[in-house]
Amino acid sequence: MGADIPAQPGILAGLVAITRRDLLLAWKRPGDVLNPLFFFAMVCTLFPLAIGPSPAELMFSGPGVLWVAALLASLLSLNSLFLSDHEDGSLDQWLTSPQPLPVLAIGKTLAHWLISGLPLVLISPLLAMTYRMPAGVILVLIFTLFLGTICLSLLGSIGAALTVGLHRGTALLSLLILPLAMPVLLLGANTVSLAAGNEAYATGIWALAAYAIAALSLAPYATAAALRISNE
Amino acid sequence: MWKFFHRLASPPHFYRLAATLIPWLMFPGLLLLAWGSYNGLFVAPPDYQQGDAYRIIYVHVPAAYLSMMAYMFMAIGGGIGLIWRMKLAHAVAAAAAPIGAAFTFLALATGSIWGRPMWGTWWEWGDPRLTSELILLFLYFGYMALRSSIDDIAKADKASAVLALVGVVNVVIVHYSVEWWSSLHQGQTILKKGGPAMDPEMLQPLLAMILGFTLIFGALLARRVRTEVLYRERRTRWVRKMVLAPEGGR
Repeated sequence: MGADIPAQPGILAGLVAITRRDLLLAWKRPGDVLNPLFFFAMVCTLFPLAIGPSPAELMFSGPGVLWVAALLASLLSLNSLFLSDHEDGSLDQWLTSPQPLPVLAIGKTLAHWLISGLPLVLISPLLAMTYRMPAGVILVLIFTLFLGTICLSLLGSIGAALTVGLHRGTALLSLLILPLAMPVLLLGANTVSLAAGNEAYATGIWALAAYAIAALSLAPYATAAALRISNE
Repeated sequence: MWKFFHRLASPPHFYRLAATLIPWLMFPGLLLLAWGSYNGLFVAPPDYQQGDAYRIIYVHVPAAYLSMMAYMFMAIGGGIGLIWRMKLAHAVAAAAAPIGAAFTFLALATGSIWGRPMWGTWWEWGDPRLTSELILLFLYFGYMALRSSIDDIAKADKASAVLALVGVVNVVIVHYSVEWWSSLHQGQTILKKGGPAMDPEMLQPLLAMILGFTLIFGALLARRVRTEVLYRERRTRWVRKMVLAPEGGR
């Protein structure tokens, strides 16, 4: 539609604008970015305290613990994904704007991933080292978390859109998202475990990548539909 | 043909149709259950490997099958409601959820009881079907929780329909990922349930039980949809007229 009406910004411009806006908002309130990271680090600290410091035990449980912690940390920031936009009326503006809503949903999700998913991926090697993970396995962990957090952000955006404006949002959101996120966790954590056991792990990475692509192509439509429903 | 569908979508018509339908589903269903249970529990020969323990299959398999069928009802009902804005379809989806959750629980419970003599444990994470079924139960819980936390029925219908449709895509992924996962972790060989070929004396009661369970599911669903319709239409004239009529709500 951008070609014949010059005043109309293109689809990409809308995507970039909404992503930029969210990144700017996050920049002004760094606490929102840091809290899930601290949570991630703390959950990873809790496990050695609970199961004991033996290196063999830590090496065995490391992939699973890191993955569960990452999943919970990414849940933590989801609740606020559409909340402020719902409260200050930005959401109504997007619903009435000529931009396709799924594209705006991708922009929101992309910003959310850059703010909450990517930092998790970046600090995971540090925590993985404390679990005595060898360098090669850490690489696999980074790669699976990279793909996995994309999946989780996309899935989470559906849940956040469904629960926006509901009173009992937080607990409900976890109840909706966790069963959907289980395959991601299962693929991610087991791929890292396989890599740690010197076994063939490529299947898991391919499956995660396929999940990410499928989620990227389908989830924005579900998010858009959910936003329309919860804002009517 | 189309007229039939249009009439089906009308709540008062469905309300009356369901009332006549319920006994036709309920009594054949009960008869099949009685026949199937008797033949399954007393007549069918014991399994050469599992002895009499396999007989729980007559509850387990129908329950597991219906746990998925109810989810399909929920998702397809939600989809029809979203696309064609058919209110009755949403009512069917809403009514199917608790029944489906109950069958899922039944499948899990019987599976666990079956697992005790067969695998030596109440719960075996290595069995992909048990794990998938557990995730399915959580999906049902999420669906019902979302529905109950939205006060506006129309909004709850649409939001939960989106969730059910997303869940359908996910159920397939869950199935394959859990299968992959359990093939990595399988510590013990799982007995093939019932063996590849079943004795007809074992199979016939099973088929009767499956059909009987399905008919009873239909009757329960029709009954719940009736209640759902009555509640949703409580402010309409036909409900008021029916309730105020001398013979009451029949």
